This record gives sequence, C-alpha cells and structure tokens, in this order.
Amino acid sequence: MTDEPLPDPVEKPDDAPDQAAKRDTIAGGAIRYELRSGRHVVPRESVAGQALAIVIAIMAFLACLTLGAVISISDTAGRWQNDIAREVTVQIKPFEERAMEEAMDEAARLVAGFDGIEKVTALDKKQTARLLEPWLGSGLDIEELPVPRLLTVAIKAGAKPDFAAIRAALEAKVPGASLDDHRAWVDRLTAMAWTMIAVGLAVLALVLTATVLTVVFATRGAMAGNREIIEVLHFVGADGRFIARQFQRHFLALAARGALAGGGAAAALFVVLAVWSMISRATPQGDQIAALFGSFSIGWMGYLGIALVVAAIALLAAGTSRQTVMARVSQLETYGRIQGS
Amino acid sequence: MISFENVGLRYGLGQEVLSDLTFQVAPNSFQFLTGPSGAGKTSLLRLMMLALKPTRGLVRIFEKNATEITRTEMPSIRRRVGVVFQDFRLLSHLTTYENVALPLLVRGKEETSYRSDVTELLRWVGLGERMHVLPPVLSGGEKQRAAIARALIDQPSVLLADEPTGNVDPPLARRLLRLFVELHRTGTSVIIATHDLTLMDQINARRLVLNEGHLQIYD
Repeated sequence: MTDEPLPDPVEKPDDAPDQAAKRDTIAGGAIRYELRSGRHVVPRESVAGQALAIVIAIMAFLACLTLGAVISISDTAGRWQNDIAREVTVQIKPFEERAMEEAMDEAARLVAGFDGIEKVTALDKKQTARLLEPWLGSGLDIEELPVPRLLTVAIKAGAKPDFAAIRAALEAKVPGASLDDHRAWVDRLTAMAWTMIAVGLAVLALVLTATVLTVVFATRGAMAGNREIIEVLHFVGADGRFIARQFQRHFLALAARGALAGGGAAAALFVVLAVWSMISRATPQGDQIAALFGSFSIGWMGYLGIALVVAAIALLAAGTSRQTVMARVSQLETYGRIQGS
Repeated sequence: MISFENVGLRYGLGQEVLSDLTFQVAPNSFQFLTGPSGAGKTSLLRLMMLALKPTRGLVRIFEKNATEITRTEMPSIRRRVGVVFQDFRLLSHLTTYENVALPLLVRGKEETSYRSDVTELLRWVGLGERMHVLPPVLSGGEKQRAAIARALIDQPSVLLADEPTGNVDPPLARRLLRLFVELHRTGTSVIIATHDLTLMDQINARRLVLNEGHLQIYD
C-alpha cells in the first residue's frame, strides 16, 4: 500500500448555520432526532395527509356525537324514571254494594297512613271524565258508566314505601282497589336506557375500531411509499423504535388535527342544540321535543367526555401507527429479510 | 471479522450465483472484490451486509453466527458495518449534510457533537460547498462522495463499498481511494467491489476475484 499523505482539503470553509439542533417533543418524552433544517427523516408529504385527517375528523365527530347522545338519553331516561317512580296510582273498580266515594276516602286514608307517602289526591269525576275524553268523547256522564276511579299518590323524595304492604291492605279493606307502582314502566325505561347506552357504546367501539384500521392501512401505505427510506435507515443502524417514531409523530399530528376538528364540531353542535332548545322552551313544539329528548345539554361531563374522546383518538392513532411500524420493522430486522439492497 | 464457510447462494429455483465461498475478512484488512459484471459481486456484498441469507453454508460476522443474531442485536451489528451502495441511496429530501450525518442522528447523538466532524469530512470529499443542497441537484460523482462520506462518518469496523469510484474522474477516484486507505489505517476493514483495474493497481492490496460464482483469492 502507498504511504502517500492525504491531500489537504481544497474547499473553503462553509459557514454552517449555528443554530442548535431542534428538539422535538412527542408523547413519550423529549426526542433528539430533529434535523437542524427542520425537515423530518420521513417527509411529512409522504404520509397520507389531508384525506386521513378528514377521515379521523369524521370518526371523531361520530364518536363524540354518540357519546353526547348516550349522555343525553341517559339523563332523559333518568328523569323520566325519577318522575314515574315518585308517583303511584290506586285504581278502584266500581262495586255495586259499595259507594265509590266512600271507597275512595277509605283508600286515601289507608294509603296516607303508610310511611313515605307525601300526598294522596283523588281524581274527581270531572278529572276522570277528562282522562277518558280522548277515547269516549266529550260530554260524558260517568255516573252512567262503571268507570274505575283513580287516586294519585305522591311519594316523598328518597322514600321507599312498602308497596307490598299497601297493596295487601288495600285488597283486604277496599274491594276492587289495586295499586299500580308503575314498576313495569320503570323496568321498561331502565331497560331502554341501558339498551341505548349499550348501542351507543357499541357504536363508539365500532368508530374507534374503524379509526384504528384506517390508521393501520394509512401507516402501511406510508411505509410502502417510504420503503427506500426505511431500508436506508436500517443500513445506517436505526432501530425499530427510531423508525416507528418517525411515522408516529406524523400520525399523532394528523390524528390530533382531525380529532380536534371532529370533536370541536360535535361540541359546537351540542352547544347550538342546547341554545335552540332553551330559546324554544316555551313553544309547544319545543316542549314536546324537550319532553322526548331533554334539553340537549350534555353538561360539563359531556364536554369533558368529548375532550377525552379527542385525546383518545389522537393517542390511539399514534399508538396504532407505532405498533404497525414496529411489526413491519421487526420483520426487516430479521437476518436476510431486506430485499431491496 | 467476517468469515464465509462453504457459502452458496441461489435466487429462487435458479442456478447457484455464488458457490462454495470460503474466505475471511480479517480485522484491519484492505481488499478489493473484483470480477466481470454479473459475477456476483453485489450479491456477495449483500451477503456480507446481512441483507441476504445464503442458501447454504455459514456466515459469521464479528465472531457471531449470522443465523444466531437476534432482531434486537441487528441494529448494533449494522452500526458497525458501513455500506456504500452502487446507487448511492441518499435520501432526496435531506441535504447532503443531513444525509452524511444520518448514521449519527439515528444513534441519538446531539447535532452539536458531530457538526464539525461532518463538515470536515464533507470538505474532505470535496462537498464543502454543497453541504446544504439536496441530492437531486448533485452530480453523479457528488452523490457518490456523499454516499461514501455517510458510510465513513461513524468509523465503522467494516466498510463495504460497491463500485465507489464508478462515477468519478480518475483524480477524484484516487483521492477517494486515499480516503479508504486512511480509514483502513484507523482500524477499519475495507472491502471495495470494483472492476476498475487502474484503481486496484494503485495500491498493493488483497484481491478477491469472483468468476462465475467462484472465488479466487490473491493475497
């Protein structure tokens, strides 16, 4: 071999920019891998951009809408349940051998004697006739008909009267009297509320699954498009975590942007609906909608839930892309598996 | 450092492109790998850089059987092997400086700790004025020099170079060869695949000659 000395450098010194290497912070701590030019090792443009952000925004919007709907339904069902549970009805069927008015007085006295009863109100003939009006028409003389009469019993808040004892006492002392504690309604409402919540959670799970799968496909697409970069990174000694981080940062940013837009839109929609519901409260139409769907107000818990869904979707997307890259890269790290060299 | 024992390689069901290769690359050695086009030089380099698995035989690198290297060990092994690709493989969206600094970047080193080394090496290979431009605007020779600088920057234990002077004029080829020699002096084993006889004649080094898949060694 020659021992010829190496020539001196011929080029003039380059005045390299003196800015320090930028630091980048992503979920998981400070990472020292930012290039001083501000470029990324995996270029941002090579990762599916706008379309993926829009898909994630739609997913986040649907997820937040579902969450808000679940909260709203659960509140409304709870209110219905509460209203119904605070009132029971005593029905007295007409018996010839006994005067109805006496029977009603006795039933009212009997029921009022039990613990937890706030007030017993007997519906008079007029009120009873009004209740039957939709079926039998106006101008009804209920004296001519064997119509059952009703007592409404208001229950003290938080009290749990012994309905079985009331029912037994009524049946023993007032012939033809029966107690309806609306249990069947309450049970149905509870079942409906739980069904709606379960359906909502299932939709939420489906939306999140679809988001994960979308990100998996997008990451795979981005990896395929950047195959050469990944191989070069491998040959210069990058490990799987380094490569995964390059993709993860893009997907975290994309997903955060999309999820914020979707979650923000859902939150805005709930605000608009709540304001509209407040404005139209006094109108018959507004009252009907309020009776069915509540006030559309999802409360601070609802907005907190939306914020959590947004954060969860962004982190889920970042985590999913990381896992997808790690799975692929670990194949590349196997001896003899790099085909492109 | 690298040893091959009865190594054979075939692609798919075709004929063996490399047959019965048995040789060693000693620590701190310098050798040329030569032979006519299509003789299997690139395939042999790919076997040495663990990008390909032989169909038969045993490959050992850094005293380790290649088949026993785990996935987690692979990055640290690769960090000890510098590679100059025939097609350069520079990342076209990164500047020359960033491409050359890439091996140090992936090791998690602070940019301030290697800036002067990278700048100095770039000047040495004649790219001092071109360090902040993107590879697409570099000439073939400049790309080649950038690829060489990237392989050298972290002083690898082994340097595998595939036609590293194929796109440069003779004076620059001599200059790059001196760079490889200098690297060898600092303890790196160098394997240069080339069919440039003029280049090989410039230094007295071991020659591994591939012909129709068989290897002859001239020490």
